[in-house]
Amino acid sequence: METLRDKARELLAARTVQVIIGYGQGSGGGARAVFVREAAEADALIFNEACRQNLAVYLMKPEVRKLGKAALVATPSALRTILQLAAENQVGDHDLLALAVHAAGEVTLLATLQAIEAHVTELDADLSAAEKAELRKYEALSLEQRREYWQEQFSRCLKCYACRAACPLCYCSRCTVECNQPQWIPVPAHDLGNLEWNVMRAMHLAGRCVNCGDCSRACPVAIPLYLLNQKLISDVFANFNARSGMAAKTDNAMSIFKPDDSEDFIR
Amino acid sequence: MSDFNPKIVAFVCNWCTYAGADLTGTSRMKYSPQVSIIRFPCTGRIDFMLLLKAFANGADGIIVSGCHPNDCHYSSGNFHARRRWIVFRGLLDFLGIDVRRVRFSWVSAAEGAKWAQLVNDTAEHVRQLGPFSGYHRLRGLGVG
Repeated sequence: METLRDKARELLAARTVQVIIGYGQGSGGGARAVFVREAAEADALIFNEACRQNLAVYLMKPEVRKLGKAALVATPSALRTILQLAAENQVGDHDLLALAVHAAGEVTLLATLQAIEAHVTELDADLSAAEKAELRKYEALSLEQRREYWQEQFSRCLKCYACRAACPLCYCSRCTVECNQPQWIPVPAHDLGNLEWNVMRAMHLAGRCVNCGDCSRACPVAIPLYLLNQKLISDVFANFNARSGMAAKTDNAMSIFKPDDSEDFIR
Repeated sequence: MSDFNPKIVAFVCNWCTYAGADLTGTSRMKYSPQVSIIRFPCTGRIDFMLLLKAFANGADGIIVSGCHPNDCHYSSGNFHARRRWIVFRGLLDFLGIDVRRVRFSWVSAAEGAKWAQLVNDTAEHVRQLGPFSGYHRLRGLGVG
């Protein structure tokens, strides 16, 4: 934690960055995002196991961008998010620094996208064995069981769009759900609208999601949105051999094609 | 179930399948009248949400068809569409939505007979599956 604070002080004092986006003490033992703009305030920064939020979500907020160049306290997911945002031309090499944090408390300053790439390459980007097993478990259910399961899950959806707000890759300034002439996604939280919203959210993240899990954590009614994301991550990798958030200059899997993409259902 | 006439919605591209369906007609081939054709500039334009909208509005089955690979009028629209369908179909299946009700095909402007066959097959297949009432019931407040 001290290493992190020292680094932050150093960066702010030298005016290398104007703001440190990091974790601070939240209520009830939790962590919350803090925006440290003065070296003297660096003591507000913490890092512990409660610090799970993907802070890269703030990189796309206009009010945060206005603060100037940022150093982002970044978990592995946040690092991948930065690369994905770079691949989508949303952040450039001189827009930010990353302070990669490790469980043991060390901090690595990654000053360029290239450095972030090198760092991320070392990580295991695959779904974990537990994640894969859980996915297989749901895939193994019968069609009817899957339908019932998801209908039950989606029936709790409130259409609060917290999943959208928490997602660093849901950054469109105008979202399709706000398109109302005609109304594309039904506004009321009824079964049809909930299904359509959740399908659309998942599909718009296909080939882009870095599996940070913030959508599920933000969901006030605990819909396992991560399962949908992981299903798409798994399918995109299996079919197109592509993984999001691994390189700063790359095409999104869903924006390109190969003439020999194979399937067995188009006749 | 024998008197059930399924509603099939076909999303087709202007350049191949629509022309192919036209050929079916001008060749005086008879085929199932259960299909309603919606013409798109390209399969690349067919948003996945349109399929859900069709189901929500009462379709029992869906056909999506366009130019064969390498024959796209815009050179790559169908390749992009193919990636989208690979992913979308997997997601629908995962959510428990019966993907047997969605038929994907490539029908060229010269394949009038293939179009007739595709529609007939789909109509028969969906007739056996019955009405898609599970999905139609989702309509809730009646806002489509």
